[in-house]
Amino acid sequence: MTTAPLSFTFTFDGEPVQAQSGQSVAAALIASGRRSWRHTRVEGRPRGVFCGIGVCFDCLVTINGRPNHRACLVEARPGDTVTTQEGAGHDDLAC
Amino acid sequence: MTTSRAEQPVARYDIAVLGAGPAGLSAAVAAAAQGSRTVLIDAGARPGGQYWRHRDGDDGARHHGWSQFRRLQRESAAHHLLDHRFGHSIWHVERTEEGFTTHTTCDDAPRALRSRTVIVATGAYDRQLPFPGWTIPGVFTAGAVQALLKGQGVPAGKRIAVAGTGPFLLPVATGLAEAGATVVGVFEAGLPTAFARHPLAALRSLPKLAEGAGYLSTLRKHRVPYRTRTTVIAAHGTDAVTGATVARLDDRWRIVPGSARQIDCDTVAVGYGFTPQTEIPLQLGCEMARDADGSLVARVDSRQRGTADGVYVAGEACGVGGSQLAVIEGELAGLHASYATNGSLVDRRRLTRLLRRRAAQRSFAAAMHQAYPVPDGWQSWLDEDTTVCRCEEVTAGTVRRAVSDLGATDPRAVKLYARPGMGLCQGRVCGYATACLVARANGRQPTADDLRGMAARPVAQPLTLGALAAGGDDNSL
Repeated sequence: MTTAPLSFTFTFDGEPVQAQSGQSVAAALIASGRRSWRHTRVEGRPRGVFCGIGVCFDCLVTINGRPNHRACLVEARPGDTVTTQEGAGHDDLAC
Repeated sequence: MTTSRAEQPVARYDIAVLGAGPAGLSAAVAAAAQGSRTVLIDAGARPGGQYWRHRDGDDGARHHGWSQFRRLQRESAAHHLLDHRFGHSIWHVERTEEGFTTHTTCDDAPRALRSRTVIVATGAYDRQLPFPGWTIPGVFTAGAVQALLKGQGVPAGKRIAVAGTGPFLLPVATGLAEAGATVVGVFEAGLPTAFARHPLAALRSLPKLAEGAGYLSTLRKHRVPYRTRTTVIAAHGTDAVTGATVARLDDRWRIVPGSARQIDCDTVAVGYGFTPQTEIPLQLGCEMARDADGSLVARVDSRQRGTADGVYVAGEACGVGGSQLAVIEGELAGLHASYATNGSLVDRRRLTRLLRRRAAQRSFAAAMHQAYPVPDGWQSWLDEDTTVCRCEEVTAGTVRRAVSDLGATDPRAVKLYARPGMGLCQGRVCGYATACLVARANGRQPTADDLRGMAARPVAQPLTLGALAAGGDDNSL
């Protein structure tokens, strides 16, 4: 297992975001002043963190090209490419 | 790797403990100490659950019962009969001939753990009531705000309104104020004076009351207003919260006419008590009941046994009562599940002491539920176009029309007609509110059956088709 540096950056929609080691993608995005990183499937409304503990699936985001990551659970890693998720991303969930 | 044990047709574990919060940690430590081969499973990266959520190197300054957590964590890490599976998300528990198989995914890879008994210690999450604007980014659950602060070191916003009901609002607001955020107010929808009617329960739980008084004094120090019979009835903004409407409530939680006022804030933290995670007892056929706080809970006996064979339940899943009750119930479950699997005897005085403490904590919990009821006047805060189901974007009007126009008489039918609770969260967030809306639209109070209709989930966590198709036995390591 490699140890992440204490502080590093990843990108969100092309812009650099500072993160601390061990921090979730959602926490780093909120600390950077961002509020939302997904548009809903039906009405295209913005969503970000709601429950913060993996229950509600509101904070879904695309990381390194893969959609449907719960930003509140996934730890940020140096060099990650995080992008706003449009709708369901592409559906690979069984339920 | 082949071992002699892997070849035996027996479960690798005597006991699988599902959830590593206060109840699960306590259960696992008690079970291993009684000689049971135990596995402790949690979706989180480290033990502690929601209550003891922490960061690596956390000094525990913002936690209650931290020394108790450290002791349980130490004992659980050190015991040779106790294995850990962190980062394992449980999606199904299956009854087998030998006992149970717990199916999890870890980094998208499927795993299966076999055990003779299971202890369900899956905890709870914030109960939510919908209101206009609650889907705008910047409205968080109170638990999310607490998790961001305690688990990540990030205040959720700069100017924060804390609203809802229950004692949990106090530590959330206090933590934010101490972290330097401006808490524009704590808006408690209830009027928690019913507590005085339970002098015995209060006396037995003096430390908890002192805790509450400590929070209030911290809030005063930071000049945070604490208002009762008041709550946030709407959030405003388009892409992010820019303000909220706060109003006075009557005793049934209807808005007092003329009392609404705008407040300036960028964040709203809301919680109306807790919803226990009950999909596993439901999957295993345990009898459920509607508890004093209106939550669906698993029924247990004095040994923490659910009504389904070999299933023990501890902590919030059998009744919301806080971390101290959870630790006691976990210990009882661990001891009794061990006795059932390996016959290890327990000192009678220890059991008597645990049962006495459980009774005291339960009477305290019952008093709290009575002090913080959720009357159904909140339904009058909703417009027809207020979102109820956040996942499927179903409005209150659509839910009500499923009753008035389509003749649905229970939440399960409404779910099929209008899709609330059919999205990714599977009704975890909107289940309680939908059950209440449907019951009221049918002119009755919600029942355990109504709640069950929104809480039954054959698959507890979304998973990829690949994970579902693949095998994955984690018992021969």
